[in-house]
Amino acid sequence: MSSPAVPASARRRTGGWKRWTLQAVLATLAVITLIPFAWLLIASLKSGEDFFGAIFFPPGEGPLGIGWDRLTLDNYRKLFAEGFGRAFLNSVFYASTTAVLGTLVCSASGYALAKFRFRGRGPALIAVLSLIILPPTLLIAPGYELLYHIGLLDTVAGLILPVVAPAFGVFLFRQAITQAVPDQLIEAARMDGCSEIEIYFSVVLPLIRPMVGAFLLISFLAMWNNFISPQIVLQSQDKQPLSVAIAQLRGIYRTDYGLLMAATVVSIAPVALLFLLLQKQFISGLTSGAVKG
Amino acid sequence: MAQVTLDRVEKIYKGGVRAVNGISLTIDDGRFVVLVGPSGCGKSTTLRMIAGLEEISSGTISIGDRVVNTVAPKDRDIAMVFQNYALYPHMSVYENMAFGLKLRKTPKAEIERRVRDASAILGLDDYLERKPKALSGGQRQRVAVGRAIVREPACFLFDEPLSNLDAKLRVTMRSELKALHQRLKTTTVYVTHDQEEAMTLGDLVVVMANGDIQQAGTPDEVFRTPVNRFVAGFVGMPPMNFLEGALSRAGEQVLWRESASNPAQIVLPEPLAAHAKARVGQPCVLGIRPGAISIRPDAPDSLSFLVTVAVVEPLGEQTDLRLTTPSGVLLTARVPSVHGHMPKVGETVRVAIDPARVHAFEPGPFGRALDAPVPAEPAAGTPAETAA
Repeated sequence: MSSPAVPASARRRTGGWKRWTLQAVLATLAVITLIPFAWLLIASLKSGEDFFGAIFFPPGEGPLGIGWDRLTLDNYRKLFAEGFGRAFLNSVFYASTTAVLGTLVCSASGYALAKFRFRGRGPALIAVLSLIILPPTLLIAPGYELLYHIGLLDTVAGLILPVVAPAFGVFLFRQAITQAVPDQLIEAARMDGCSEIEIYFSVVLPLIRPMVGAFLLISFLAMWNNFISPQIVLQSQDKQPLSVAIAQLRGIYRTDYGLLMAATVVSIAPVALLFLLLQKQFISGLTSGAVKG
Repeated sequence: MAQVTLDRVEKIYKGGVRAVNGISLTIDDGRFVVLVGPSGCGKSTTLRMIAGLEEISSGTISIGDRVVNTVAPKDRDIAMVFQNYALYPHMSVYENMAFGLKLRKTPKAEIERRVRDASAILGLDDYLERKPKALSGGQRQRVAVGRAIVREPACFLFDEPLSNLDAKLRVTMRSELKALHQRLKTTTVYVTHDQEEAMTLGDLVVVMANGDIQQAGTPDEVFRTPVNRFVAGFVGMPPMNFLEGALSRAGEQVLWRESASNPAQIVLPEPLAAHAKARVGQPCVLGIRPGAISIRPDAPDSLSFLVTVAVVEPLGEQTDLRLTTPSGVLLTARVPSVHGHMPKVGETVRVAIDPARVHAFEPGPFGRALDAPVPAEPAAGTPAETAA
């Protein structure tokens, strides 16, 4: 275990200036990327009159020439007073339900397509592949029609069910499982006494963990950022998610920008947090798509 | 512990490919049986049918007194060791071994006891907390064996378990497996393509080809009295030499000679000659083990050839010689190495054949041995009796 550490530390010692240059470039890029976020965060803490008065912090008597006392949490108070909390909870619920259900459905169907021989398997795979090339926009009108006929308009199920089995996800999991789970392992589990469901949960899913992590995050983000379908499917105000609620903050004649910035911060924070927690899995899931067998 | 019986078991794949052709085999309780043959001979399919991983097209398989044709693999009371180990990569060595017991709701203390016992037998005590990734090939194979023995099944199945190991480790693991079987005395069915493995491990060696059992017998039987040319050529290293020729008669003796123009001829010894009498005038393939050929400048014509040395391969104690007969057939001879007295490449030497170790076959790749008993039923029979 200690042997791989030796070349790494040796490299650290030898590649001195190259390493520093690289770090400097990366740090600069990171700062550039972070500036809009910093601006957003500061803007959300400014009152209406300061919003257009200063680019970053409002000037004042405080340390560094900044008017610290002019920063305020009023925007956030106002935001939640106006029922924004409800939209936030809606979003959390929609996104996490979609992520968990979608991951289960996609991995289970990917597993079936990868490892089981059944009648209609070939056509099923071709159907999945051809669905991938359909642009989602194309499905808006027929999707609405379908939801109308089965009576799911303005329901949570109407928002979530159509997206729990994306063809892309099914195919992604099929590929990952084909690569990462050898047939003999499934046979070994079958002989060890696993039922088919137990094989799926205790052998297949653990072996494709990076992919599961990545897909949870992808589908969470997709639903969190989803702006069009909630507006189409949902009509009741109390069912709207954050993305729609934020857009509604913009008035026709006047927009409270401080409030808008605070709402944006609230909508970005959980996603950023999730990404920080899962980034290792996300990256390994995207790059390898699988684990060693 | 149980007897395993195969009765006219067939496997026909979709599209009509016959992988196994109605084989019958009785494996007595506690025996170590090796199915051996070239790839595609049906040995792995047979094993997988016993395991329940492959459906049986017709015939019956019984384990103990129970016909298991439709019994799920997990309920057959068997454990299998796979070629690529098939360890669960996300579980530690301990968890890998305990997994099957946990699924069977074995009490925790009992699991602990069985895993500790197995790990002590297999020398895995220091690795129980490790993941398979951190183990060497030999250790992984031991874990796979451990996972099978903790289950204390009625029968072990091994599917080419040593093929992924390097040559040296393979030999070590081979004797470990043999010792393990002598200790546990569990009925074992072992599949390999390596005839040496089959000979060293098996109480009963079952040689398969083209979905049929060619011969089933003790290692000694399949080596000394192969029933056909295929078995003779498959068992033994280096492989047996075959010389095409014909039988003729000289007084009371039966002679084999390569061709009319070649004076080289061999007088068939009794009792082979008695079996060969009926076939005088017909073609016959002579089978000679490399060890039955020796360099003898003074040997009589009736038992010897003049040959040219093509290749010399010293192996230490012994030397393999590739020899060309006047008719251009390549023979292999394994002779003791005598320092300073080995023939050189290009040299012509006289080699003698030990008549007691000559085999004679009907023509064709599966030609029957002339002295083989005429099979009552297709080659299978109930071979376990011969091994008892």
